[in-house]
Amino acid sequence: MTMGSDPVVADPGPRTTRTGPDPIAWVRANLFSSWRNTAATLVIAYLLWKLLLPFLDWALVRAVWWSPDAKACRAEASGACWALIADKHRFMLFGTYPFDAQWRPALASLIFVTLYVVSALRACWRPWLALIWLAGLSAIGVLMWGGVFGLAYVENERWGGLALTLLLATFGIAFAFPLSILLALARRSTMPIIRWLAIGYIELIRGVPLISLLFMASVMLPLFLPEGVTIDKLLRAQIAMILFAAAYLAEVVRGGLQAIPRGQYEAAQAVGLSYWKTMGFIVLPQALRISIPPLVNTFIGFFKDTSLVLIIGLFDLLTTVKVSLTEPKWTGFGVEAYLFASAVYFIFCFAMSRYSQALEASLAAGQARTMGKGTA
Amino acid sequence: MHISLRDARFRALVFQLVALGAVLAALAYLVSNTAANLEARKIASGFGFLAREAGFAIGETTFIAYSAADSYLRALAVGLANTFRVALLGIVLATLVGTLVGLARLSSNWLIGRLATLYVEVLRNVPLLVQLFFWYAIISENLPGPRDALNPLPGVFLSNRGIAVPTLIAEAAHAWVLGAFLLGLGLAWRLAVWARRRQARTGQQFHAFWAGLALALGLPLVAFLGAGAPFRLEAPALAGFNFSGGATLTPEFAALLAGLTVYTASFIAEIVRAGVLAVQRGQFEAAYALGLHRALAMRLVVLPQALRVIVPPLTSQYLNLTKNSSLAVAIGYPDIVSIANTAINQTGQAIEGIAIIMAVYLTISLSISAFMNWYNRRIALVER
Repeated sequence: MTMGSDPVVADPGPRTTRTGPDPIAWVRANLFSSWRNTAATLVIAYLLWKLLLPFLDWALVRAVWWSPDAKACRAEASGACWALIADKHRFMLFGTYPFDAQWRPALASLIFVTLYVVSALRACWRPWLALIWLAGLSAIGVLMWGGVFGLAYVENERWGGLALTLLLATFGIAFAFPLSILLALARRSTMPIIRWLAIGYIELIRGVPLISLLFMASVMLPLFLPEGVTIDKLLRAQIAMILFAAAYLAEVVRGGLQAIPRGQYEAAQAVGLSYWKTMGFIVLPQALRISIPPLVNTFIGFFKDTSLVLIIGLFDLLTTVKVSLTEPKWTGFGVEAYLFASAVYFIFCFAMSRYSQALEASLAAGQARTMGKGTA
Repeated sequence: MHISLRDARFRALVFQLVALGAVLAALAYLVSNTAANLEARKIASGFGFLAREAGFAIGETTFIAYSAADSYLRALAVGLANTFRVALLGIVLATLVGTLVGLARLSSNWLIGRLATLYVEVLRNVPLLVQLFFWYAIISENLPGPRDALNPLPGVFLSNRGIAVPTLIAEAAHAWVLGAFLLGLGLAWRLAVWARRRQARTGQQFHAFWAGLALALGLPLVAFLGAGAPFRLEAPALAGFNFSGGATLTPEFAALLAGLTVYTASFIAEIVRAGVLAVQRGQFEAAYALGLHRALAMRLVVLPQALRVIVPPLTSQYLNLTKNSSLAVAIGYPDIVSIANTAINQTGQAIEGIAIIMAVYLTISLSISAFMNWYNRRIALVER
């Protein structure tokens, strides 16, 4: 049991309910409601005071914001060395992409973010969303590779940084999602061989760590291919990520499929729809709609997992941050560098998680109304 | 059954056979390609390499003695032991921290609730690998050298060479203490069975829990004091450039353990919170109305229902933690993946190496899910 509270009996409703416009009443209710609560508040306030102040002093007051030669960072009593980020941010965000052409990955990243935002709007959940994605991803391909419209060709060994992280995550999801729907349908199929193939695939992939799949892609995949055929490293990693994500997404989609009442299937069969029409017009639209919040959570996990490509030597955001530290003048500032990387990942993941929570609430609200809950 | 594609059952059969045939053909194609490639590149195949001398040293060995002259098999066993060591410790610590944070999120104290929310939101939205590098950077770059090691508790030293802690010097009497503890546990269990039977027969209660606790802790204490309380610690001491004596957690192990614990705890906290919230308030009130006091209402009514919600996702977090311990390879902790990776680099036998990694994790995963299915069946609601 934690200090100052009885969690089980505690009201599961909003904790911060204001007991009126009176701030003193609020403070008494939420910070000093009992002697145990008061003691806990005082102890935590003291600890915060002791820990937060030195941290703020280090991170803001004594921090070095600009020092191209890192001399100021090495000075006695200097705080956080944000000058590292100021100096290396282009490399961290875009890797070894030709410096003069880095507006291209920047623009591509912007298109990625636009695609995410558009897909998040419920008004845009229409078939033409697929076309927008197709157009967006093609534009990104043109921007990154170049070779047309007067853009110089850039081979994908030079792609890197945040742009590569977004690329791995987005293309991974874009290809894994359709695959996962097929896998989920196969796992719920009445045909035993199809079902067992799907179960075997999903459980095999979910049972092993992503690293082993990435190792497999980097060292084993070349052995699988016939003599003379080679696939570059980025594509190999991307394939492994797609196969990995598909297994996890399939389980989420399967959960959605299971939640659809049998009557829906039976009604569709009764009006004479074939299997694919039943699925495409009746079952999947409902199943996918209720799976969206858990799907977004899986996306978040996948977005974080893209950082593992560091281990097979791809230049994603985490790798560029880590490589920045190998420059002699910046060695020893790992904490600052990884805080920066954390912040970038956090912005994307936190936005997605907030979105998923809001969506869950609004979908649940719609559900509650149709159930006729609001009789009062 | 009609031999016609219009017949649904025949169509299903054809479809399945075609799918199976396609999968088998694809596998056969890959296998033949692989065999040809191995031939062309003169890479040996088979698991014969396991018996050969590994020839590399491992920085950290637990339970299994190892030197560079030992075989690959032994090296892999050391890696497996290291994986289990960090995963088991991580599971215990993550459960403790996660439960605490999850309950703290439900606290009626605004400050505690907000801090716990901050913990959960920040830590689960940053990739584990970034967190591992962060912890490793803190330990290896920001802690002082062994000479000016931080000394937060007597005998505990934090330095960039790791965390040095004192160890207990084993004595013969300690075996007696352990034996007394086991005896106490056994007696406590017998006592609980007897108390339950008697209560079922006569309705009389017996405080079996406290009596059992007294037995399990009292007997070893008596044995310990009876043997003259032999208790000597070997404290780490600075010798030359590093600590000797005591036990040292290497920076790699400490960073991996901290990262796995703190990251997984943020997920466990949410699971615990959801489990507690899933038990309706009326259940507590009904238990009180029946005259159960708080601890009994908690143990007999609320916990069984909360656990039914908590245990399945908790098991999958344990599984995730175990799989995530494979990130050890990125910070140089010699777990099974990093040892197998070294073996692959030395022998070129990628297929066998990756097969070993996958077999190990599949065995762990399938055992844990088998356990989970068994547990789910045991606690599932029996409906009409």
